[in-house]
Parts: sequence; C-alpha cells; structure tokens
Amino acid sequence: MNLNFKHEWIETNIGLLAVLTMLAISVGGLVEIAPLFFIDKTIEKVDGVRPYTPLEQRGRDIYQREGCYLCHSQMIRPFRDEKLRYGHYSLAAESQYDHPFQWGSKRTGPDLARVGGKYSNEWHVQHLTAPRSMVPESVMPNYPWLRTTPLDTSDVAERMKALRKVGVPYSLTQAEYDANVKKFGETVAKQLHIPNAQQSLIEQANFGNYDGDRSGISEMDALVAYLQVLGTMVDFSKYKDDAFVDDR
Amino acid sequence: MSEQKLQSQTVQTTGHAWDGDLQEYNNPLPAWWVYTFYVTVIFAIVYWVIYPSWPFGKGWVGGVSNITYVNSAGETKTHSWNTRALLMEDLNKAATAQKPYFDKVAAMSYEQVAKDPDMSGFILSSGKALFADNCAPCHQAGGQGVVGFFPNLTDDDWLYGGSFDKIHETITGGRRGYMPSFGEVLSGGQIDQLANYVASLSGIGHDAAKAAAGNTLFHSETAACYYCHGVDAKGRKEIGAPNLTDNIWLWAGVPSAENPEGKVAAIRSVITSGLNKGVMPAWAGRLSPEQIKVLTVYVHELGGGQ
Repeated sequence: MNLNFKHEWIETNIGLLAVLTMLAISVGGLVEIAPLFFIDKTIEKVDGVRPYTPLEQRGRDIYQREGCYLCHSQMIRPFRDEKLRYGHYSLAAESQYDHPFQWGSKRTGPDLARVGGKYSNEWHVQHLTAPRSMVPESVMPNYPWLRTTPLDTSDVAERMKALRKVGVPYSLTQAEYDANVKKFGETVAKQLHIPNAQQSLIEQANFGNYDGDRSGISEMDALVAYLQVLGTMVDFSKYKDDAFVDDR
Repeated sequence: MSEQKLQSQTVQTTGHAWDGDLQEYNNPLPAWWVYTFYVTVIFAIVYWVIYPSWPFGKGWVGGVSNITYVNSAGETKTHSWNTRALLMEDLNKAATAQKPYFDKVAAMSYEQVAKDPDMSGFILSSGKALFADNCAPCHQAGGQGVVGFFPNLTDDDWLYGGSFDKIHETITGGRRGYMPSFGEVLSGGQIDQLANYVASLSGIGHDAAKAAAGNTLFHSETAACYYCHGVDAKGRKEIGAPNLTDNIWLWAGVPSAENPEGKVAAIRSVITSGLNKGVMPAWAGRLSPEQIKVLTVYVHELGGGQ
C-alpha cells in the first residue's frame, strides 16, 4: 500500500467515496448470497414439487393482489411449536417455483405454508367471504367480491410466459413439454403446457368446483385451488423425520 | 483563555482550515470503543469455530459443536449444530417427557382411557390444544358447530356414528356429505309436501294435508327419500344420512327461521338444491395415531359420545 495514503483523498472525492461505499456494502451481500449458488444443498432434493397449474397460479396472483402476504407468512420454521401447529418445516425446495416467494416475516394471521387440505373448500369459501362466521375472534377482512367476480382467464398464457422467463419450467415447445413429461409425469406436464393453459385452467376449475358454484369460474375458484395445494406437494411420509437435517 | 489552550496545545486538528478559521479536531477513538471492537472480533472468531460459518467448496464449515438425536427410524445420529438438528433434539426431549402418557394412551382401550381419572387430565389438556389447532376452525371452539356448515359435536346426534371407533374413523379418513338435488326431479308442489312432512317429524308447525302427501312421496319410488334416510326417517349412519325426526338441524336453517313458514322454506331449499358439501378433511397424515386417539376421546367426551 502506498504509505502516503490519506483518507482525505476519499473524503474529498465524492465519486470515489460512492464507489468505495458500494463496494464495502456489497461485500456483506456477496458473502451471504453468492455461496448459495455453489452449495449443492441449498435446494433440498425432494420429490413432488411442481410449478403451479394455471388455475393455482391465477389464485396466487389474487393472493398477492389482495395482500394476503401482509398478514400471512408461508414459512414454517424448524421450531417445535411451529411443527406442532403447522406441520413439517418449510423446505427451500417447496418454494423453488415461487416468483416472488411468499415466506413473509409477519403473522397477524396463521402461517399458510401447509394450509392445503387442512380445511374443506366450503370452509375456505365461507371464511374468505365472512371470516367471523367461521372464526369468531378473527380480525381478517371480508373478501366477498371473490365469489362474485368472474376470473379473467384470457391472459393466463401471457402470465405463464412471464414466469417462464424467470425460470419456471412452463413449456412452450414440444421439447420443453417432453422434458416436463419426464420430470413431472404426463398429467402435470399437460397442465404446465402454455398453449393449453386457458383450457386446462377451465378444466381444473370445472372439475374441482372449488367455490361450490358451477355457473362459472370465479376468483374464489382460483384462490381456493391455490390455498388447497399449499404445502401438499411433498409427501413427507416417504422420508425419515431427519431426512433434511443434512441440508443445513 | 482555556479555549485557546485547548485548541493550540492539548488537541490536534486535522491541519486543514475551511473558510479561514474552521478547523476539525483529530481526537483518538475512545478506549472503551476500541476494546469493545476487539472483543467483537474475538467473539466472531470463536463463533466461527463453534457454529456453522464459512462456505467451503460445495458445502460449508460445520463448526465443532454437535447435536445428538434419535430419528424416526430409531437411529441415533450426531450432526454438527444446525436449527434442524436442534429441532430433532427438542422433539426427542418432548417425546421423552410425553412418552409415559402416550404409551398409556396407545396401550389402553378407548373406554379405559375415558374412565381413567389420571388420563382424563392429560386428554383434556392435550386434546383441547389439538382440538383448537385442528378442529375449532370448523366445529368452533366449544365443538358447537355452525348451522348450515359444520356439525355440532356436543349433542347426541351423529351423522356417521358417535362410538369411539366411528369418531376415530371420521378423524382418520375424513368425510364427504352428499344429497342429490331434487329441484329438477320433483315439482315445486311435491317438494313443498316433502318439506311439510319433514317438518312434521320434528313437531314443527306444518300443513297436515301436505305432510300426509309428503309422507307418501317420501316412501315412494318417485322421491325415494327413504333409500338414504330410512323408512322411519331416522337416518342411516353407514352413509351419513341424518336423522330427520330429532329436531336437530345441520343443513337447513331451521333454528334461525322465525316462523313455521320460514322453517318449512328452509327445509324446502335443501331438498331443492341438494348438498354437495359437508367435507371433512382426513387427518391421518397430519396427526400421529396417538394424537388422533387423544382427539377421539376428547370429541367423544364433549357430550354426545355413544
């Protein structure tokens, strides 16, 4: 180092100060984030996790539009009390297709990472419409319009294309479709195929009838379909209870 | 005078003057600050050694502290410290503390558990927590249910049976209610007759002539209500068809209707549109067999166990 170095040089040169400040700050970020791209246990190797179907993905859009994440986290931490209440702790693998992830850091309401299958569709519909009719002490707002607003399904393919650009394996070409068949099986791969997106959305909504109203596809159909799949993709009964200890 | 002394003798300045006479002190850092800084550096180094810290190749430095636990396969394992291993240790500790109780629950029959005063305290406290987490959102905190949605668990009326075995079966595998809609099969008049007949079974004000016609219709092949609800209209628990004679209402909003006409109308609406709800999720994967057993006894003891 030049022994004549004086910090006046930095203090009197605003451009240099800005560059060096950014360098100093980015060290913290780089040291914590960059290794995650090289460590091979960052995302647990686990079966069953797949991208959301078009209907679930639209439900996820509504989840974000309504700001559900402001009160609900989707991240079960590895603590005993959380395991007892919510189930197995969340895996990184389970949110690998989430853009952006919904981990959250604030719980006014309960964590929703494994809410799928815990309640009936009917409960969700009634609870979203009028939460206090199901849980008297709830402070959740009413979302009555979800049941009456038809779901806009016209742009679902465009939405999936956008997610494909950030790495979600929705298929556009035959080759990508074939790769999905290999990875997720034919039934799932069909639903992840963008050219069929609108049709498979309508099929899933009509088959599942999530809002209990067969007259059309509402935003409630999509949101409940999304809620019912949360945390259900991995079958933890196939793994020992310490199967993921090594990954951290 | 003292200010002048400070500036000129005891304190060094950076040597630069702005605007002619503005100078900046160049004091050394306070000693307490410097030593605290050194201590944090030493703390960090000790922390690196004990806990997982630096990334290294495709993994990381695990640290020297270890956690030993027993996994679900009964294998004892030692792993370098992390939160997931810590959870295993916590679960082991809790399991050891609860083991005497859960072993007793597993070994005893339902009747024994329910009658043992020692166990009833355990069932009450752990069952209450389990019920609040898993059952109360639908069946409500006291198990009273919601008319039109979820059955009351505190009365002696059971859709699928109120014995220990049946409650266990319900919790484990879940349930799905179903009644076909008769709106397109029967005429409005016929549905009205049936509604009056069903009302008469529970002693609700009704039109006797319509009820008599409804009785015939109930037992005819046209409506065939008796297939599911039974010839005596007392229901069939094998398929979850409710008893229509006990004035206990789950689906029809009879209790909230103010007059007999309203009550009959509530029954009419169920017959017209049918039911494809009454879904109870299965808890087999979510709760352990011991937890389900505790819940079974808890629900049985809510009031109506048979």
